[in-house]
Amino acid sequence: MSSIISVRDLTKTYDSGFSALKSVSLDIKEGEVFALLGPNGAGKTTLISTICGLVRPTSGTITVGGHDAIKEFRAARQLIGLVPQEMPTAPFEPVLNTVQFTRGLFGLPANPALIESILKDLTLWDKRDNQIMSLSGGMKRRLLVAKALAHEPKILFLDEPTAGVDVELRHDMWRLVDKLKERGVTIILTTHYIEEAEEMADRVGVINKGEIILVEEKAELMRKLGRKELKLVLQEVLSRIPDNLSGFDLVLCAEGKTLTYTYDTQSERTGITSLLTALSDADIRFHDLQTTQSSLEDIFVDLVKGQQ
Amino acid sequence: MNFHAIKSIYFFEMARTRRTLMQSIVSPVLSTTLYFVVFGAAIGSRISEVDGVSYGAFIVPGLIMLSLMTQSLSNASFGIYFPRFTGTIYEILSAPVSFLEVTIAFVGAAATKSALVGVIILITANFFVPLEIQHPVWMIVFFVLTSVTFALLGFIIGIWADNFEKLQFVPLLIVTPLAFLGGSFYSITMLPEIWQKVTLLNPVVYLISGFRWSFYGQADVSLALSLGMTMLFLLASILVIHRIFKTGYKLKP
Repeated sequence: MSSIISVRDLTKTYDSGFSALKSVSLDIKEGEVFALLGPNGAGKTTLISTICGLVRPTSGTITVGGHDAIKEFRAARQLIGLVPQEMPTAPFEPVLNTVQFTRGLFGLPANPALIESILKDLTLWDKRDNQIMSLSGGMKRRLLVAKALAHEPKILFLDEPTAGVDVELRHDMWRLVDKLKERGVTIILTTHYIEEAEEMADRVGVINKGEIILVEEKAELMRKLGRKELKLVLQEVLSRIPDNLSGFDLVLCAEGKTLTYTYDTQSERTGITSLLTALSDADIRFHDLQTTQSSLEDIFVDLVKGQQ
Repeated sequence: MNFHAIKSIYFFEMARTRRTLMQSIVSPVLSTTLYFVVFGAAIGSRISEVDGVSYGAFIVPGLIMLSLMTQSLSNASFGIYFPRFTGTIYEILSAPVSFLEVTIAFVGAAATKSALVGVIILITANFFVPLEIQHPVWMIVFFVLTSVTFALLGFIIGIWADNFEKLQFVPLLIVTPLAFLGGSFYSITMLPEIWQKVTLLNPVVYLISGFRWSFYGQADVSLALSLGMTMLFLLASILVIHRIFKTGYKLKP
């Protein structure tokens, strides 16, 4: 797959002197779902805004579909739909008008059939004549998606699409992303919810303090950094780990009631068999055990902490 | 040129006028009628003629100019300020639209609206006083130049303002006094000599003088000076807007 967005050495220093992006380079492949993770203030929105033309870069280049985002801004922006994080809407406008307005901004003639199908997809068609201020928060969010899709973009930016929305709408969003992906739309989303990235993304990028600290295939990332934990709930409280078990990566927790063993699923030997043998040798009995895989969230927290 | 975008913004702005018809069209007509009642009938009966024109007729060009200026200014400043206030400006800034196109659309819509009001006032005035327009072409030139220039100025104010107070500041505290003191309701020759000189620093004098000349052939200053100053004003506004877009001032950090 070729890259549809290419960011090279992008820096952004605001007039206040705050540098939001420090030499960011990033490639987005055509047709993928890319999740950009990062804590608050990491530079996620600045990066998106700079690509979309809302913020002027201090240095560096951005190309979208091979077009320079500044010199050929028309061709570049034509490809992009943006759903911003805030929900800015013109309160007095009717729903249908505002979606048609957006299509017009992108230099396209009216296409009532297309607008109708977009609004129906997002279950907004019944509300088409309502003023925007009468919509609920979830409907406003969907309306912003409808507006972003009105010019049939090849790339869709979703800046925190599910921040503060209920579970049902969040799942609606996920389904929508799937549907768009099937149609070949490239999707870049930022999120706090690791669950969301885990659910939707093909690749994950982590940004912190204006720097991209990692870009990886999601599956690869989970595999590479994936640790598993084996938890043993003991029948009797242990005051300390017996000497014959000192060779294992064990932690005694819950006031001596559980033993946690951390192991790497990728290594040839996980050491589980020998651990269990050693436990039985030491006459330690347990009445329950469970294994857990580290989630993207753990990986993310580790990464961000590691950088500090 | 992205004509669809210009059209979209232009009609979006015009649609707002339709929704607020009372405020946009009816209220200026009402206030103009009040001016006629107060200045034309009550006071005008004591001032018989100014430069050979009845006082009621004399104030018509001034009243139209006053409306053109304040309407252009408030329409354009509100037009661009409101999307900044609600945040919907992001759509325009991230669309394949150049700044020139954005300006044409917003300023064009604001100027159209104020021109509509101007025409309505002209028609309303016709019912109160006998009007003659000696130089109709020049009248249209001044009419259009003034509405466009003040729409440009309003556009600048709408970008500069960070709150509703600032938005009102220039129209109420600068332009309205300048318009009243610029000879909307009197000829500057009626002033003491020293004030006649001071008044010449007021740019509005040149607009009103030129416009009134196109009606009655009477002017406080020469036509060339009026036209020159109007063009200068227009040019200055265009340069400021050019600068705003060049630097991204308050629009693109």
